[in-house]
Amino acid sequence: MQITLTVNETDHTLDLDPRVTLLDALRNHLDLAGSRKGCDHGQCGACTVLVNGRRINSCLALAVMHEGDAITTVEGLSNGTLSPLQEAFIDHDGFQCGYCTPGQICSATAMLDELDAGWPSHVSASLDGPCELTEAELAERMSGNLCRCSCYPGINAAIRDARDRQA
Amino acid sequence: MTIDLKLDDKSEDRAKTLAQGLLGTPADRPEGHLKVTGAAIYAADSVPENCAFGMLVRAPGQGALTCTNAEDIRAMPGVLAVIRDPRMIRNAAQGTANEAPVQGVDHAAYTGQPVALVVAESFEQARHAAHALKIIAEGPPGPVDPDAVKPEGEPDAQGDLDAAMADAPHTIDAEYTTAGHSSAPMEPHAAVADWDGENLTVRASLQMLKYNRNELADCLGIDPENVRLLSPYVGGGFGSKLGISAECVAAAIAAQELQRPVRVVQHRRQVFETVTRRSETRQRIRLAADADGRLTGLGHEALVSNLPDESFAEPVTQASAFAYAAANRLIGERVARLHRPAAGSVRAPGEAVGVTAFECAMDELATELGLDPIDLRLRNIPDKDPQSGIPFSSHMLAETLRDGADRFGWQGRDPAPRNQRDGEWWIGTGMAAAFRVNLLSEAEARITLTAEGARVETDMTDIGTGTYAILTQIAGEALGLTADRVTVKLGDTDYPPGSGSGGSMGAASTGNAVWLAALDLRQQLASKMECDEGDLTLKDGQATCGNTSRALSDLLGGDTLSGHGHIDAGKAFEDVRQSTFGAHFAEVAVNDITGEVRVRRMLGSFAAGRILNEKTARSQCHGGMTWGIGMALTEGLTHDRRDGHIVNRDLAEYHIATNADVPPLEVHFLEERDPWAGPMQSKGLGELGICGAGAAILNAVHHACGVRLRDMPATPDRVLAGLSAL
Amino acid sequence: MKHFDYLRAEDTTAACEAGFGRGAAFIAGGTNLLDLMKLEVMAPDTLIDVTRLGLDKIEEEDGGLRIGATVTNSDLAADMRVRRDWPVLSRALLAGASGQLRNKATTGGNLLQRTRCPYFYDTDTPCNKRTPGEGCAALGGETRNHAILGTSEHCIALHPSDMAVALRALDAQIEVQSPEGKRRAYYMDNFYCLPGDTPHIETMLEPGDLITSVFLPAPKGDRQVYRKVRDRASYAFALVSVAAVIRMEEGKIAHAAIGFGGLAPQPWRDIEVDATLTGAKPSAALFDKAADILLQGAETHGGDDFKIPLARRLLPAVLEEATS
Repeated sequence: MQITLTVNETDHTLDLDPRVTLLDALRNHLDLAGSRKGCDHGQCGACTVLVNGRRINSCLALAVMHEGDAITTVEGLSNGTLSPLQEAFIDHDGFQCGYCTPGQICSATAMLDELDAGWPSHVSASLDGPCELTEAELAERMSGNLCRCSCYPGINAAIRDARDRQA
Repeated sequence: MTIDLKLDDKSEDRAKTLAQGLLGTPADRPEGHLKVTGAAIYAADSVPENCAFGMLVRAPGQGALTCTNAEDIRAMPGVLAVIRDPRMIRNAAQGTANEAPVQGVDHAAYTGQPVALVVAESFEQARHAAHALKIIAEGPPGPVDPDAVKPEGEPDAQGDLDAAMADAPHTIDAEYTTAGHSSAPMEPHAAVADWDGENLTVRASLQMLKYNRNELADCLGIDPENVRLLSPYVGGGFGSKLGISAECVAAAIAAQELQRPVRVVQHRRQVFETVTRRSETRQRIRLAADADGRLTGLGHEALVSNLPDESFAEPVTQASAFAYAAANRLIGERVARLHRPAAGSVRAPGEAVGVTAFECAMDELATELGLDPIDLRLRNIPDKDPQSGIPFSSHMLAETLRDGADRFGWQGRDPAPRNQRDGEWWIGTGMAAAFRVNLLSEAEARITLTAEGARVETDMTDIGTGTYAILTQIAGEALGLTADRVTVKLGDTDYPPGSGSGGSMGAASTGNAVWLAALDLRQQLASKMECDEGDLTLKDGQATCGNTSRALSDLLGGDTLSGHGHIDAGKAFEDVRQSTFGAHFAEVAVNDITGEVRVRRMLGSFAAGRILNEKTARSQCHGGMTWGIGMALTEGLTHDRRDGHIVNRDLAEYHIATNADVPPLEVHFLEERDPWAGPMQSKGLGELGICGAGAAILNAVHHACGVRLRDMPATPDRVLAGLSAL
Repeated sequence: MKHFDYLRAEDTTAACEAGFGRGAAFIAGGTNLLDLMKLEVMAPDTLIDVTRLGLDKIEEEDGGLRIGATVTNSDLAADMRVRRDWPVLSRALLAGASGQLRNKATTGGNLLQRTRCPYFYDTDTPCNKRTPGEGCAALGGETRNHAILGTSEHCIALHPSDMAVALRALDAQIEVQSPEGKRRAYYMDNFYCLPGDTPHIETMLEPGDLITSVFLPAPKGDRQVYRKVRDRASYAFALVSVAAVIRMEEGKIAHAAIGFGGLAPQPWRDIEVDATLTGAKPSAALFDKAADILLQGAETHGGDDFKIPLARRLLPAVLEEATS
């Protein structure tokens, strides 16, 4: 099928097998390998990208279903200079092997927007919002991104620091 | 020229004499920018021109295998080949095997064995065709239950443990079990193989390239000189990428047959099966103590499992040999030969599960004695290796115990269990000691020095441990260069063979090799300065000797210097016992209704010689401690009782810790230099953090709610059973 | 994943007509369907994309809410009306999956989520749900995550949803459009089928039936609790979960609707449990009695034995919280 995907504000026209996931379209067809494949089943979060500003697992999305959507990958987060989150991940050693890192950073980018939109989480004491970025809120909201190196302390410190820098 | 060093004796602390001030600082990882932008290239990330895609096929059962529809599959859209080649491997090679593991596709020793590769023009075509390939396994499954077979091996005895148990006023005799574990690195095992005539290049995800190259060559029956492996970035290993794995061999065979590059990435479910797991363990621990809490007897017997023809047996009791003094000892493993997926090294093989169970038993003994668990450990620190009688290179257990206790706020703890409550939750604290043998393996490195800076080359890998960072720091420190003037190139067998990453040996082994290469350069520079190397100060690109100071660029005068270092372990690892030490502390909450356990905080105090980079070292310990949470509470492979296959072989059902499972983790390093560990006087740290961490948690669970959990993971059902039985 | 034809439906009528075709399946979020298709547990010939049918709205209706079938779990959980009046639904949604999955998973899809039974997922082992008549590998296998209520000798698989447990306690209705263009509605109580000897038939949906919306009637109870026990702190399926919707009047329980997850092949509700509670004064004895009634017919299989004591402790704790 011929489809057009809009990735990092650039249109790409591709002839794709309908079975190709958004993740595999990025990795195998668009040379955007920063989105990683950890499990291919929505169980790890390494493939997290933003679709219309929202974080999703790109492994559980068919590329053909995302025509017209604004897709942002880790490659689109930095425009010459690193985003505050990317900088903070380096400063706080928010990664070791680095494989889950693009997913963590994409996820955190959207997670902070969700928080600003007042979305509650499983650990929110009240559903009425707004929510503070407590340790528990941060950890719960980032739990869709596994890190086997277990850099969660660094990841969380980085997210908190980046948010402070932006504030 | 090369500087060779065989570590037979103590080394002088040369780092102390260096001037750059880079070593030991919490420097950022030099590859950080690539990792946060997604630009670091992992094995499967580059798709070469004309690349075909392969998918492995698993054996659906055990026994003799036949493939009934290969021709039909070959006719499917896009399919290029169905490969069932006798060179394909049964399971990943064991670490440092240096030769092919068991090969062949006509017989499955375990359900899930990779027995075919389907290659197609696209990943999607290959995946579907691989699923459609029909493999029939004929034969009853071999034994899959550790209790159903007579195990091999006997423990080593010293003195008479039975008599010590009979005579002692205080004893513990308890059985502990730990479930099998999967390394589960975030990057699945992957290979892109490409031939150029007789020369094979494989981009792979491997930890120990110099061995892996020989293993792959042996699998294929070719000269290792014709094999080049590239693993500049490895998305986690934890032991699972120590040995050559099935996708590398299959990709190489397919690429040879098709005369084009072939990429094979293991599906996550395949990673669980084809790559070595940590064996489940059953551990009987016996402790006999006198009235003062001094051990008179110590028994640690473990039952582990592995496939036939696998040399590896989880060395559960490795640290028990030297952890505590006791005259009467019975220590060792037995191996049950089972037809479950192959077992091998997973982060801290041996100590991860062995120290954890043992430290739970020590806690039980402290309770039995009415003694503070820290006191019990302090009373039993041996003054020399209790089994062999050799001295320790250094011994920091007491220091880490006291340091950790102070920082955690252990003093004044009420030892009575079930004494603190927060709503539905019981609150408690626990501690455990940490031990991990310190090893070193042969390693080489080369440094090229020009006016622009230094370029370090070794086939060593960085699997997240911080190799890029620490080798940058060592080279920069030794050569008086700021970090931005040092380039570290790793993960290419064209470079000198490093140690590889495994057994916590990488930093000390390859780090010392880099130091020796730098020393080689320092001697050459000293000679240009016409002074002794020992009198040479290198700092910020300036060479100084006495009153003479010259810019390096000036001194080099356009020349390129090359330094080469080579280190190997010698008598320093036989004449003395080398270990790292630590103390874990945990506070947990146990839900009285549901049996859920939440870790509220953890603290670790560790001693591992010189800490080369405090930032990356801390991250390593965070990782280990988090694995301790997983081992204690959530992680466990489940095997089908009929054919032994791994039932929970995905990341939804095999529960590694999520962000929400991990509380604030505090890590402290004690200042230490171990002269026996090499010129850098640093010891391995990548695994210490997991050793005993789970015990601190389970001991805290007991303190919280009064339940002794001897079966790991202590999932809510097990905790609930304990609570119900109180 | 088998090759399929991809069809982007323009309206619900076209979607239903296409969905009537042999081997057709609807796709919206795809978080479960693609997961299963990659393993060829499901292998549709045609995928009908229903994400562009305008079914993504949440609208007020008769004091209740009409939730479009493709409203995402995230949007539903964050909807201010849901948070205020149907908090048990927000809580259940937020207890499930991850932020990323909730952004993709939809209301209709979540209702149709398939079991997590590992043998259902493993096409090398027999499964009556996957292939009728093939046998059940779970029986005699590893059964930690299996059902103990409502099972049959052919299937002990579990419904894994959190959301659906809350919907069942909220007496939600599922609106369905048929290929003939007719719309009909099911109460949650009547929507799911027990496995019996046809475990492959999980709901009342016929070929081509498309869930268009879920109707949430005005809440009958203001005390709403969702509690989920799982193996890790987040991103895990329920071992057991309870959704309670309670209204108290003069110290007595005037309305009780209790949904259960992790226990049965469908989001579970037991009218006897509700009846026992309704009209009674809350007490520990009453709650224990409710738990006894819930579990009276439970059949466990070894690995899932613990669910009886767990449910027996969890239900009273939830009821205590909801009534105090």
